[in-house]
Amino acid sequence: MTSSVPTTPESVRQQAAEAAALRRKRARNVTTRWRRRTLLGLYLVFVILPIYWLLNLSFQTNSEILGSFSFWPQNFTVANYARIFTDANWYMGYVNSLAYVLMNMLISISVALPAAYAFSRFRFIGDKHLFFWLLTNLMAPPAVFLLPYFQLYYSVGLFDTHIAVALAHCLFNIPLAIWILEGFMSSVPKEVDETAYIDGYSFPRFFVTIFLPMIRSGIGVTLFFLFMFSWVELLLSRTLTATNAQPIASIMTRTSTASGIDWGTLAAAGVLTIIPGIVVVYFVRNHIAKGFALGRT
Amino acid sequence: MEWMVWTLPTAVFFSVIAAILLGMTTWELVSPSVERRGFLPIATTRGDRLFIGLLSAAYIHLAVVGFTDISIWFALGASVLWLLVLMRWG
Amino acid sequence: MNKVYNNRAWFLILPMLLLVAFSAIIPLMTVVNYSVQDVFDANTRFFTGTEWFEVMLNDPALQAALLRQFAFSFTILAIEVPLGIGIALLMPKRGWQASAVLILITLPLLIPWNVVGSIWQLFTRGDIGLMGVGIRELGYAYNITRNPADAWATIILMDVWHWTPLIALLCYSGLRSIPDAYYQAARIDRASKWAVFRYIQLPKLTNVLVIGVLLRFMHSFMIYAEPFVLTGGGPGSSTTFLSQSLTTMAIGQQDLGPSAAFSLIYFLIILLVCWVFYTAIMNSQKDNTTQGGA
Repeated sequence: MTSSVPTTPESVRQQAAEAAALRRKRARNVTTRWRRRTLLGLYLVFVILPIYWLLNLSFQTNSEILGSFSFWPQNFTVANYARIFTDANWYMGYVNSLAYVLMNMLISISVALPAAYAFSRFRFIGDKHLFFWLLTNLMAPPAVFLLPYFQLYYSVGLFDTHIAVALAHCLFNIPLAIWILEGFMSSVPKEVDETAYIDGYSFPRFFVTIFLPMIRSGIGVTLFFLFMFSWVELLLSRTLTATNAQPIASIMTRTSTASGIDWGTLAAAGVLTIIPGIVVVYFVRNHIAKGFALGRT
Repeated sequence: MEWMVWTLPTAVFFSVIAAILLGMTTWELVSPSVERRGFLPIATTRGDRLFIGLLSAAYIHLAVVGFTDISIWFALGASVLWLLVLMRWG
Repeated sequence: MNKVYNNRAWFLILPMLLLVAFSAIIPLMTVVNYSVQDVFDANTRFFTGTEWFEVMLNDPALQAALLRQFAFSFTILAIEVPLGIGIALLMPKRGWQASAVLILITLPLLIPWNVVGSIWQLFTRGDIGLMGVGIRELGYAYNITRNPADAWATIILMDVWHWTPLIALLCYSGLRSIPDAYYQAARIDRASKWAVFRYIQLPKLTNVLVIGVLLRFMHSFMIYAEPFVLTGGGPGSSTTFLSQSLTTMAIGQQDLGPSAAFSLIYFLIILLVCWVFYTAIMNSQKDNTTQGGA
């Protein structure tokens, strides 16, 4: 930049040129900003449109869905939702799903916290290989474990219980929790631990009263991911349950009957599966960006 | 345990794996391994080389079983040899 | 961070280890046991040796599924990674708009996988779906149950819809961690937009991108519920991926031996890819720390 007070005609001209350039740049900034908004808007429309269509169909009767094509419900009806909320077979699906998801979150986080602490603070024999082995479990396709799980839970008498699905989901949720928590814990300086030990804290007391509050946003994000991956999983939860603990995902297959598919109910059930996700994401919206980098930025 | 349908060959297989892991742990306790660089393009510890060896052994077996008529014992021999080379010079 | 060498850390690991061993090691051992036998029930079974592996490795249907799987995984990576970076660069950084966009973009990730399939089934059907009807109105006979190309395009579009948010959010969090001072320095140097992206933003993104690519590759490699609901693997077997072949074999036909052998081959492929990625991540981090220390 040049000095602020022009002294020669040369510098006056130069400053004028700079001012003009700045004006042009501002104008260009406005257009780029609009271009950015339009592009982002287009993407958001792409994200929303299929969900909107689901919502649209869920408020229509089957005859309207099949009979006429319209962009919004002509005869607005909540009959599809009423059917789900009055039929115990239907709404128990949601209860079952939520039950095993919550159990899984509880189990996973309580064993993952100490393990992640160990990985973030200590070196020990086989630590690298153990960590890698955990990651392979995260990557293992559930289809591979399908048959033995069926046999395993059948032989220990846990088949068709919530805890069976919760334990099965531990396969990928515990490694995930450890991976995320390890990142958050490593960003807490080690001096914190050392000071606490010098002050006479025992390890459990330090861990619960000092350390956990320091990484609470990390724990929140971890719980969000645990919820997400347990909630969306279909294959294992469907295979390990029959009637008592059947998740909503496999109940939804009931909408296809011999007389065709009950589109309206299918759409309404789909809408209802999205709602818990929205609630959860609303609670962690301020931490989600950091959490997605698994605490590693 | 009945549902796990154990047979002798797989029992032997897992015992050998368990024995190797135990042996490696003891070795590590007695003399901790130092990362070094051999003919592999990355620096490795003993444990890493063991893992690479076992994984490539699995692929050797698959290739021999799936696409050739050579006996599986030949694959086993080749794998053991490769594992030893890897552990020593890898 | 300097870690203390202490083998008592194993006690902190132990509960986790027992739980994961219960749900990972015991089943894996069982799969190995199945794979060398012809099992009718626990008492009626015959030792078959390596026969199942030979059959599975030479099964043309499975080889085709494997190739299809790789084609699918690489296609979606090639689309989702650049698109995700682009979205992340466009997302607003602060204010209520940032929260709103964040929640909207996260939405597809939180929908159960089979519901994702249902949503796209409803969306693309030729008689009741917005997209299906829309494309037909434009004059193209769009039909995912007849035309393999349409089915493929739809499945890829669905996956882009479903998973680009993951890459976008990862990159967004990477971008947010860049201090403002870097941008100011770039402004003073009159760096072009491309230079800012190439030398400031992209290096910061590589860390999170590796995680993103790893997660995306793995998840796309085990994709099951979405194509199963949307196309059922058809038309013919043109969209049948590995997980679906395996599930059909294991649950549908109850062929324990062959499906176990197939599982192991599948698992070995995953293991190799996973190891390559993991080593790459670890080595790049090691390089970073040595550079930082120097």
